[in-house]
Amino acid sequence: MATVEIRDVRKSYGPVDAIKGIDIAIRDGEFLVLLGPSGCGKSTLLRMVAGLEGITGGEIAIGGRVVNTLEPKDRDIAMVFQNYALYPHMTVFDNMAYGLKIRGIPKAEIRARVDKAAEILELGRFLDRRPSQLSGGQRQRVAMGRAIVREPAAFLFDEPLSNLDAKLRTQMRVEIKRLQDRLRITSLYVTHDQVEAMTLADRILVMNHGVAEQIGTPLEVYQRPASLFVAGFIGSPPMNVLDGRIDDRGEAVLVPGGQRLPLPQPRPTDAGRPVKLGIRPEHMAVAAEGFSIEIELVEALGADTVVYGRLPDGETLLVRMAGIPTVRERDRMTVAPQADALHLFDAVSGRRME
Amino acid sequence: MKPTRFIDLVPHIVLIVGVLIFAYPIYVTLIGSTWDSGTIGRGGLPLWPGGQGLDNYAQAWAGEAGARAKYTPVRTMMLNSLIMALAIALGKIAISILSAYAVAFFRFPLRMAFFWLIFITLMLPVEVRIIPTYKVVADLGLINTYAGLAIPLIASATATLLFRQFFLTIPDELLEAAKIDGAGPVRFFIDVVLPLSRTNIAALFVILFIYGWNQYLWPLLVTSSGDMETIVTGITKMIGTGESANDWNLIMATTVLAMLPPVAVVVFMQRWFVKGLVDSEK
Ligand SMILES: Nc1ncnc2c1ncn2[C@@H]1O[C@H](COP(=O)(O)OP(=O)(O)O)[C@@H](O)[C@H]1O
Ligand SMILES: [Mg+2]
Repeated sequence: MATVEIRDVRKSYGPVDAIKGIDIAIRDGEFLVLLGPSGCGKSTLLRMVAGLEGITGGEIAIGGRVVNTLEPKDRDIAMVFQNYALYPHMTVFDNMAYGLKIRGIPKAEIRARVDKAAEILELGRFLDRRPSQLSGGQRQRVAMGRAIVREPAAFLFDEPLSNLDAKLRTQMRVEIKRLQDRLRITSLYVTHDQVEAMTLADRILVMNHGVAEQIGTPLEVYQRPASLFVAGFIGSPPMNVLDGRIDDRGEAVLVPGGQRLPLPQPRPTDAGRPVKLGIRPEHMAVAAEGFSIEIELVEALGADTVVYGRLPDGETLLVRMAGIPTVRERDRMTVAPQADALHLFDAVSGRRME
Repeated sequence: MKPTRFIDLVPHIVLIVGVLIFAYPIYVTLIGSTWDSGTIGRGGLPLWPGGQGLDNYAQAWAGEAGARAKYTPVRTMMLNSLIMALAIALGKIAISILSAYAVAFFRFPLRMAFFWLIFITLMLPVEVRIIPTYKVVADLGLINTYAGLAIPLIASATATLLFRQFFLTIPDELLEAAKIDGAGPVRFFIDVVLPLSRTNIAALFVILFIYGWNQYLWPLLVTSSGDMETIVTGITKMIGTGESANDWNLIMATTVLAMLPPVAVVVFMQRWFVKGLVDSEK
């Protein structure tokens, strides 16, 4: 149980800056997800917290104690790796017990802790097996068991589910959620999968090129993306982004093709300013007037339908409708966004315009 | 079905012919060790066992002399060879696994320089450096000692390279998991690296034991007294220069005895590393 504070942390590999100054204070018991595309520096940041990677600048504190120069073993953290990193020659029991043995914890207590973790994770039957005799999902659970028995100040997860097939991944996601509700141990969880991030996180830190684009709860990140990058990364299918301009009275956005979309609140100071206009596919609906699109592709997903339409100027516009398809390819249809569902971003910086 | 049968048969025939070609000299040696030296000396060795086997082996094992010459008893020579071969095999494994561990898992100044230094010694087999090595061993007073027999042969670039290649296949995450579990370099070596290497160690032990057992040139140089004689040099010394007839019966019995330890090591270790292969995983 502890807080984890990351203060202006930086990492350079020679001339390459992998992490360019990240600040976040993770509360005691909070589940923070680091979300971002591959190569954005998520693992690097996590490994700096673990002590597996040196810190070029800034400060990391776990439970109020600055750990910059501490060895991993002295940081009171446990880590779950993407490829599980189980000791292949040890039984499941020994894998979980190894860290405790080294710390000199009495045999009886090791037994008790491992048995308890095995019960929580339903691994009781497998304690005498080797990792090679387990399925991927079971190995994943052993890796989590190894972290749990340590009773650390913080859990660190590096894409723990990405080696599992889709169905197992969903199962394990639910299991991690259950575990977190039960144990309430401060966690940092790295993933590039937005569904994992949305379902597991108390807060999400969206990363891009070594900087934090946005820190917020899953709904904040979805409802008020702080930048075009976040808007494009969160949500599936991704948000539609159109070039636009705020009209001369600051009351509406004009988009190519002559559409005029009224703003919920007038913005007189931004009158005439070029903007990027974001509209989520699920916030579009068939309307009497609005964007006229030619339907290029219809994806029926069962519960809902994604329509890929082409605007007169050639841009693609995605529309997500509930239920099974009611339109066909090469039909024309007219759609309009819900009035309160417009996201405005600065045309140059890509930052959200509040 | 028929063509498959035929194709199955060919490798078997080739193998059987090969075994016969390799086995025949060994069979002749075995037969020879059961006849008296007179029979062999006349050049008319039968292809069936004779009745002198027990006498020949007893004399070779413990005897100080044959009918015509004086030898070191086989039991002394075999003990010497065993000590030398074990020291070389175990020494090579111990040194090379530790140097490979250093080179593969640690970053230290001049790491690659050390690696290449080890690598370069590959190009200098014992025979090339034998005179300086002899000088060093002689100056250290190690002539006619087990240390003198084994130590110069212990450094092994080949085994170091082999272990290094194997260590590079151990995922980094395993080392990192151990670091987080609190294992330092020594614990990680003992608890993780050694158990994972056991198959490699077993295989190398077989190869290196036989390498050590079969050493000829070096023991010939550094031993001069009879009680430090190794079996391979001993056998060649039993074969005379032609001035007197050879005790072929004893020579063949000695040869058969000399084959036993390497065969035993192969048979014993084979079970060990087949087991290692069956439950090995990464
Ligand atoms: N040891 C290293 N040496 C040089 N560059 C590295 C090293 N490790 C990571 N990087 C670089 O740092 C960036 C972030 O990597 P990483 O944290 O692994 O990304 P992620 O986990 O988000 O996919 C990448 O551009 C990667 O190439
Ligand atoms: Mg990563």
